[in-house]
This record gives sequence, structure tokens and C-alpha cells, in this order.
Amino acid sequence: MLTLECPYCAVMADETELSPGYEAHLKRYGPGSSDEEFEAYMFARKNPKGVHFERWRHAYGCGKWFLAARDTATLEVFGTYTAQSAAPPQALQDKIKAKRPDWKGYK
Amino acid sequence: MSTRLSKGGRLIDRARAVDFTFNGKRLRGFAGDTLAASLLANDQMLMGRSFKYHRARGAVASGAEEPNALVNLGRGAFLEPNQRATTTETFDGLEAQSQNHWPSLEMDIGVVNNALARFLPGGFYYKTFIHPRAAWKHVFEPVIRKAAGLGPAPKEMDGDRYEQAYAFCDVLIAGGGIAGLQAALAAASGGARVMVLEQTPVWGGRAPVDGDVIDGMAADLWVKKTVQALEAMPNVTLRTRCMVAGVYDHGYVLAEDRVADHTPGDGRPKKRLWRIRAGRIVAATGALERPLSFAGNDVPGVMLASAVRDYVVNWAVSPGDRTVVVTNNDDAYRTAIALKQAGLAVPCIVDARAVANGPLPTQARAMGIRVETGKGIAKVKGTKRVTAVTLCMQAGEGAALEEIACDAVAMSGGWSPVVHLWSHCGGKLTWDDTHAMFRPDATRPPISHDGLAMVYPAGAANGALKAAQALADAALAGAAAAGAGPIAAAQAEAREEAALEPVWIMPQGASYKLRAKMWLDYQNDVKVSDVQLAAREGYESVEHTKRYTTLGMATDQGKLSNINGLAVLAGALNTDIPNVGTTTFRPPYTPVTLGALAGEARGEIFQPLRRSPMHAWHEQAKAYFEPVGLWRRPYCFPRGGENHAQAVEREILNTRQGVGLLDASTLGKLIVKGPDAGRFLDMMYTNVMSNLGIGKCRYGLMCNENGFLSDDGVVVRLAEDTWLCHTTTGGADRIHAHMEDWLQCEWWDWQVYVANVTEEYAQIAVAGPKARALLEKLGGMDVSADALPFMTFADGTLGGLPVRAYRISFSGELSYELAVPAGYGQELWDKLMAAGADLGVMPYGTEAMHIMRAEKGFIMIGDETDGTVIPQDLNLGWAISKKKADYLGKRGQERSYLASPDRWTLAGFETLDGSVIPDGAYIIAAGVNANGQGNTQGRVTSTYYSPTLKKGIAMGLIKGGMARAGEVVEFTKLGGSPVKARIVDPVFYDKQGAKQNG
Repeated sequence: MLTLECPYCAVMADETELSPGYEAHLKRYGPGSSDEEFEAYMFARKNPKGVHFERWRHAYGCGKWFLAARDTATLEVFGTYTAQSAAPPQALQDKIKAKRPDWKGYK
Repeated sequence: MSTRLSKGGRLIDRARAVDFTFNGKRLRGFAGDTLAASLLANDQMLMGRSFKYHRARGAVASGAEEPNALVNLGRGAFLEPNQRATTTETFDGLEAQSQNHWPSLEMDIGVVNNALARFLPGGFYYKTFIHPRAAWKHVFEPVIRKAAGLGPAPKEMDGDRYEQAYAFCDVLIAGGGIAGLQAALAAASGGARVMVLEQTPVWGGRAPVDGDVIDGMAADLWVKKTVQALEAMPNVTLRTRCMVAGVYDHGYVLAEDRVADHTPGDGRPKKRLWRIRAGRIVAATGALERPLSFAGNDVPGVMLASAVRDYVVNWAVSPGDRTVVVTNNDDAYRTAIALKQAGLAVPCIVDARAVANGPLPTQARAMGIRVETGKGIAKVKGTKRVTAVTLCMQAGEGAALEEIACDAVAMSGGWSPVVHLWSHCGGKLTWDDTHAMFRPDATRPPISHDGLAMVYPAGAANGALKAAQALADAALAGAAAAGAGPIAAAQAEAREEAALEPVWIMPQGASYKLRAKMWLDYQNDVKVSDVQLAAREGYESVEHTKRYTTLGMATDQGKLSNINGLAVLAGALNTDIPNVGTTTFRPPYTPVTLGALAGEARGEIFQPLRRSPMHAWHEQAKAYFEPVGLWRRPYCFPRGGENHAQAVEREILNTRQGVGLLDASTLGKLIVKGPDAGRFLDMMYTNVMSNLGIGKCRYGLMCNENGFLSDDGVVVRLAEDTWLCHTTTGGADRIHAHMEDWLQCEWWDWQVYVANVTEEYAQIAVAGPKARALLEKLGGMDVSADALPFMTFADGTLGGLPVRAYRISFSGELSYELAVPAGYGQELWDKLMAAGADLGVMPYGTEAMHIMRAEKGFIMIGDETDGTVIPQDLNLGWAISKKKADYLGKRGQERSYLASPDRWTLAGFETLDGSVIPDGAYIIAAGVNANGQGNTQGRVTSTYYSPTLKKGIAMGLIKGGMARAGEVVEFTKLGGSPVKARIVDPVFYDKQGAKQNG
């Protein structure tokens, strides 16, 4: 029963208000992409023990999708930000790097 | 014998007697008693039978950790099995039954298992019931099912009421002993919102029983004053009878509040489940005493030393006249002293340690109690009650030195902190060699969302077993949890105790015969010899040993047995206890009743019910409803003595020949609007929607990125920048979310809004050759074929109501779907029914709708699709745009295997004998697969008796599809010979569409 802060409402939302949406920052591969690219886009998901970027929707709140960075092992949440982000905010990346020096980056 | 003492009892009110029954026998106790105390006061030491060997058992503990004294409470609709007598409060009229015996508690046939114990070793179930396979189903399982289990499951629906409540706090304190109260003072001093939950009805925990002196006061008085101080603080909430069952992610806590367990019938809910979001949690959950493993340590009358002390001090109940105390530590001497002070005999204190010269042993000796050091108990004599113990050298193999007559044994193997709440979310433990216990490792706490510690252990739960240390520890924990400054802790008088000496087997060199009578897990009958056998058979992991022997898997979850069990395992594996580690601590701490977890969600309000605007009319018309998502839709409207099949047949024929009404309000309706709406819908649907003319309707398919069909429906162009997308009834919310997902996360620069207006409109399908005549009778708009051709819509009025009329058809008939604002739905329905009376109008339900669409060969999402079907499989290639560069699913559909000629594709089927192909039937292919199972080449997806054609019709997927038209294939049929059917065109009715287009 996680709590995540919705970056739109600025409320700490209980997991019962949220619906999950798997890995964040995927690049869509459509027609014209190779089989390998499409396979990686559709099926090859990261499953790290540690820092992970995820999509969540404030489904029973404002209805907005947002992105969250959290540690899958300790459940520490480093931050949340809007879904309209091509990459995690630099400040958030710096914060994670400071807390997890071994972190290899979000890609 | 066990009896009530004439004096004392800090928790009982002798002025208030309470009458209750045990196995039908009328007994009397006092207000403040637990059921176990009341039973002991009535010399009812025997309280139950063990699970496997049906051995006689009495209470071994005095609290939540009790494994033996499980009873059925109440009867009929109020029956509760497996309730611990040690935590059940005695109330007037309580009815208790012992369990797991036949024919009676005293005379139990199942005890024959005890005589067969040497043939029922650890892992017995796994070893014995393997072959022959058939014997498992017909012999072993029925017999085991009958013999296994403790209390019977109630047969009636639960007559009690339960509720759930939510709470929020900065600091939740689990446990209302002195540590919990001290932590609460510290946490609340800075203004934090604090909740203190105590599982028993009384505050103070063990300290008052142990005779602690705090701030110069008897512990009882300090507790009373502290509770008063906390009650006076507006930021503190205190609850007794409220057990913290589990700690979950980010400070989520479940607690079970026994609201009216002890006052049944007073109108309050029996239990309340608290769902609490706590900032931090202080686990002041105390410690549990461990039994010692000596032969016969399960005989009724053998109890934990702390429990014996509790019964004497709290409830003025003596478990026996002559109690032998056996220990490896100083604390148990308190029990001997308490017994002596109550005027009872303590023939001997058997201390496994070589030396016992601390203040407590000195005091005991001064009171004239014999102390035997370096000794152990070789054996307990008696079956239903302790009669004597034989002493031996602890260092030896169990040769009897002497026999001491007694009727109770108080044992203490040291204390284990209750680390459950610390561990539920991943807090790690460290082995404390000095005290021979696992305690929380402060450097590896469970983490909350901010990366900081979520749980703070306090007092005995943190290994601070003595009052002085516990209070100091709790003051720090409470302040840290609240982020408050430190406060001065209450001062307890120091208790000096010598170190314990770990004793896992008594005597240490015990023979197999003795070890086979040393119980670790009382409830599941797991003995020292079983764990040692598991180790010999290669079960080195404690998690495996647990499952192999069932150690710690009973309803008490091994509160008494786990540490002893893994110590024995460590010994057998010749390694250290920390190397073996513990099993995982999982919620709940003690069993939570399912009624509390369900709360109010039962019966009518089990889940929300969605009703169409015409729902009340359907109910009055005695519709038979079927659930569709959260909706209830009329399946059919039986008349007179009709069964459902007859009603469906009549509804279909009436629609095909006259006119029928379908409540289609539940269909999903999504408005998609904006400058980029057309472009967006071209991505959502496989066909082109951007070029749809205003006023026109088009059937569309939606796929996921994988290429598989996920929804379908008619799309309507309302205006230059506005489309209305119909979805399936069950798909509205899902498709809405799907559209939002792509708009928000992929094409967030596109200017499009999506609104789910499903419930804004009532929608009625008017279908049948007389549909137009019916609408013309209402009047108000031109519904002629020229003004309103097939696949168009028009806004207007009908019968004075503002309607949008769509010329769309799911039945294959001339059909109009009329949408009105939801508030007009019933009025329009009434007007249609009234105006259509002389046309023979009748409502039809979802089953008639399903059959009519199958007669027309229309696919149904969820019937013809199952998440692995692409539109091309369903011969819907015509609805897939070839010219669009992209749409969701296009790339997925380009994968080579989806173009394989081996794919099963849609065809119609007509049985040769006119019968109906069974639901779920497969089409048989030649040969068998690698597992010897018959090969298949397809399956049925929709199969019905067609009232229109008077025979069975079906759609299905078959390898080769329509290319095989005319071929006869065989469908499987359970319990019968295969059904022969011919592959035909799936459009069985009005192939040219003259009716729907008319």
C-alpha cells in the first residue's frame, strides 16, 4: 500500500487511488521499426532491484498519469513528476545519484 | 487441581460473577476473567486436543501466543471456531465448546494417532500419500479432510455485523505496556498526532505482574497516571482491545478492534477493522516467553512461568497446588515467589544453569524454596494432567535422579522480543548472544516513502527486557518516531538478573525416546525429533523445514515454537542460530476474522451496482438480470410461466417479425473533441475516422499495441471537431483510460479532450420491421429511409422529447438507437411501449441481442476475441486501413506469425443434426500431441439455438477458416460422441443486409 504524491494535485495519494502503468520513459516503436526494436518496446521490461521509473495514474483522483522514481527493494520514493516529461527532471536525477551512487541512470 | 484463590486478582471483580458454559456444563467466573482463567478456576485444565495426535492439552500461555486452548464460541450463525481461550473475555452467557475431538474432550478416539506417533514422523504426509495416485482422491484425502482441521467452519451466514474505519496519525504505537505508554508520552510531547493501540482490555502489560516500581510508584499506579495524562492530551487517541495485525508499505497499518466481542447483542458491530495511515510506527509489542523442550512438556499443567504468574496475580487462579518451576534464567524465580506468596507449594525450582546466586534465587531460597541447579526435567508424568516430574542432570542423557510429585510445571526458556511488526515490511534482525534472542537490527529498519525508518522498536520488543531499560529505550523511540526532542524517561527500580544460559533441549543429551516427546509446536504436534529428522533428510533451510514438518504453520504461527525450532535445527545442522535465520514474519500478528476484513461489503452492498435509467421498469417487469461489469442488464423478460429459453425465443421472434426494445444505455459513450481529434482517432482505430462525414456513423475496431482486438463500436461524427465513440458495455472505463493514457503520455501536444458521457444518456434500440412505424407514431422528426438512411444519425424530437436517432443495427433488423438525456430515458421508454402496444412491441434482453447478432454473424468482444485474436482472424480485414501510416496495433499485426496460414480464423458452423454445439467445444484434428492428448484445429466461440432458423448455429475459429467452407468437422462434447458440423458462412440471416439497410 504505497503512497505517492500526485504532481498535479499535490496530494499524497494512497495506492487505492492509483492504478499502475508499468515502466516509464519507453520509446514507442511503430510501423517501420525492426523486429528487435519492436520486441524490446513491447516486451523487454526492466525489473531492477533498486531504482526504477514507473507510470502511475491518479485514477480515483484527478485522472492524470504521472511518473514516479522509487526503489523497488526499500520502497523509498525519490520523487514524482508529470507524464509530459521526456526524461526525469535533472534535480531528481541528482537526488537519486546522491542517495544511490551506484545508480547507472534511468535509461 | 487448579482453583480460584480466596484473595487477590488485580483484574477481576469478585462482586460481578458471570455464568458461562463449557461443553454444555454451566460454570461461573468473574468479570475481568479471560475464558482460560475462568476454566482454570473451575479446575478445567483440559481445554482441547492437538491437531495430529489428539493429545490432551491445556492452556500453556496466558495471552495471544496460546497454541492449545482453542475453542468454538457461540453457535449457529454466531459460531466462531479456533478462538483462543486466553484472549477471550468471559461474559455472561458465553458458550464455549472444545474442538478437534470425537466423541468428547475426555474420551477422544483420535488419540489413537498418539499411539501411532512413531509411524507419523515429520514429512509423513509427503511420504505416505504418494502412491497409488487414485488412492489420494478416494481414500487419503477424504479421510484426512475429516480428521484434519480444528474447529468446524460455521455452516450459516455470519449473523454478526462488522465495520471498517479509517484513521491517520503521525505516530502509531502498537502496545500499551509501560514501553508503549512511555513512547506515547515522548511522541505526543511535541504535538504529534499519536494513536496507542493495546490488544488486551487493560493497559500496562507485564510490569504490574512482575512487580516493577516506576517513579517510586507501583507499576499499576504509574500506568494509571500515565494513561490519564495521555487521555488528557488532545493529540492522543487510546484504544484497548485493538490488535495491530499488520504493518504494510509506507506506514499502512491494519488493526482489529474487538468492539463488542465481549458484549454480544448490544447493537454495536462485533469487530471493527481500522485502516490506518501512520507516519511512523512504534512497535512496543513486548516479548514472549519460550517453552523449554523436555519430554512431556505438552501435558496439561505444564505452562509458561510467566503465564502461571499471570493467572495467580491477575486472576487469582492457581494452576496447581504444587508447581515445579523449571528454568534457564532468573525471571522464572518470580513465578516461584508469586506462588509461594499466594500460599501455594513450590516443591522445587529446577535450574539448568550450574550456578544461580542472583537476588531472585537468593530470595527464593530465603523463602524456603528448594533450588536444584545444573538439573533438568527428564520427563513429565501424567496424560490429562501433570502428576509428577523426574529430575535429571542437564548435562546428562536423562537418567532419573528423583521423582517429584506435582500438578503443575512452570517453565521458562528465556524471552523472545515480538519482532513481527518490525519484520512485516522487511526490518532485519540481529542475534543477541547474551540473551539468546533475535532482536531488531537498528541499522536495517523497514523504510518508508521518504527513505527513513518506518518502524521504531521500543522496550522489550527491542530486547530491553527489564523495566528500567525498556522505559529509557521507549522514550527515545517515541521521540525519534515523532521527530520530537528528547524527554526524561520514567525511572524504574533496577532489577538485577544473572544471564540466562541457552537451553534448547533438556537434558542436552536426551535419547530419541525423550526427544520424540519434546514438543516444539504444540498445535501442529511438531517435536524435537521431527525437526532433527528433517535436518537429516536434507532440509537445511528453515523455510523448507517449516513446510516439511509444519513447524510454526498452525493458527498461532509459531509464536512459541519458532525460535526453539530453529535452535534445534541449528543444532542438528551443527551451525549457529543466526546462520539458520528465521522464517518470514507475515501479517496478521494473530488471526483476524474474515468478517472484519469484509467489513460492510456483503450482501446488497458487496460492490457498487450500476443501474440504467430504466432499471426500475425492468424490475417491475420481472426481468431476469445478468451482471455485465458492475451493471445489471435484463437477460430476458419472462412472461407467464415461461422459462428463460422460451422468453428469449419469443423476444427474438417478436423483434424479427414486429418490433422490440432493448435498453442499450449501458453502452460506453466517449466524446472525443478538439482540433486533433480526427488524427487521434485514426491512431486509436484500425480504420480511418477522420474522414467520416458529419452526421455519419462508422463501425470501428480498436487494437492494443500488440495488434490484438480489444474493443469495437460505432463511431459517430457529431461536428467538425467532435466525435462520439461507442464502446462495449464493459469497455467504457477501460477504453476511456486507454485514450487518456495515449493522450497524456505519448501525444501530449495534441489538442484533444475525451469525456466519458456513458451515464449522461439513456439509449434505446428500437428494432424490427415495424420500428419505423413505431417512431412515426411518436412523431416529431423524419425517420424515413431517405431522411435517415442506414449508418447516419439525426437530432430531433420524438414524442416531444429531444432525441438523437442513430440508424445502426446490432440485430440485423431495421433499427434505430435513440439517445436521450438520462432523465428522459424512462419517459421515452414508456412512450415507445404505449405507442407500440398495437404493433406488438416487447422489450428484449441481452440474450436475445446476443443470439440475433450471432444470426447476423456479428462478432462480440469477449466471445470471438480473447486477447490473442487480431481483426484479420475474424475476417475483418475490411475494417483495417491499408493507407494509414500508423495506428495502434499496426506494427504488432505485421509480425510474421500473425500472417501465418496456420492461424485459426472465423467461420460459421451448422450442425448436421440441428443440435447446438456445446460452449467451449474444440474442433478435433487427427492424431495426438506429445502428451497423448487429441490434437485440435479450432474452437467454438459463439453457439446458440437460433429461434429464427430453428436449429443450432455457431461461430468459431478454425485453421484455414472460410477457405474450408462446406467441409464437415467434429466438435468435442463432454460425455457424448463428437458433434458433426459443416463449415458455412457465419452470416446466417439476411446475408444481403436488406433488412437493416431498409
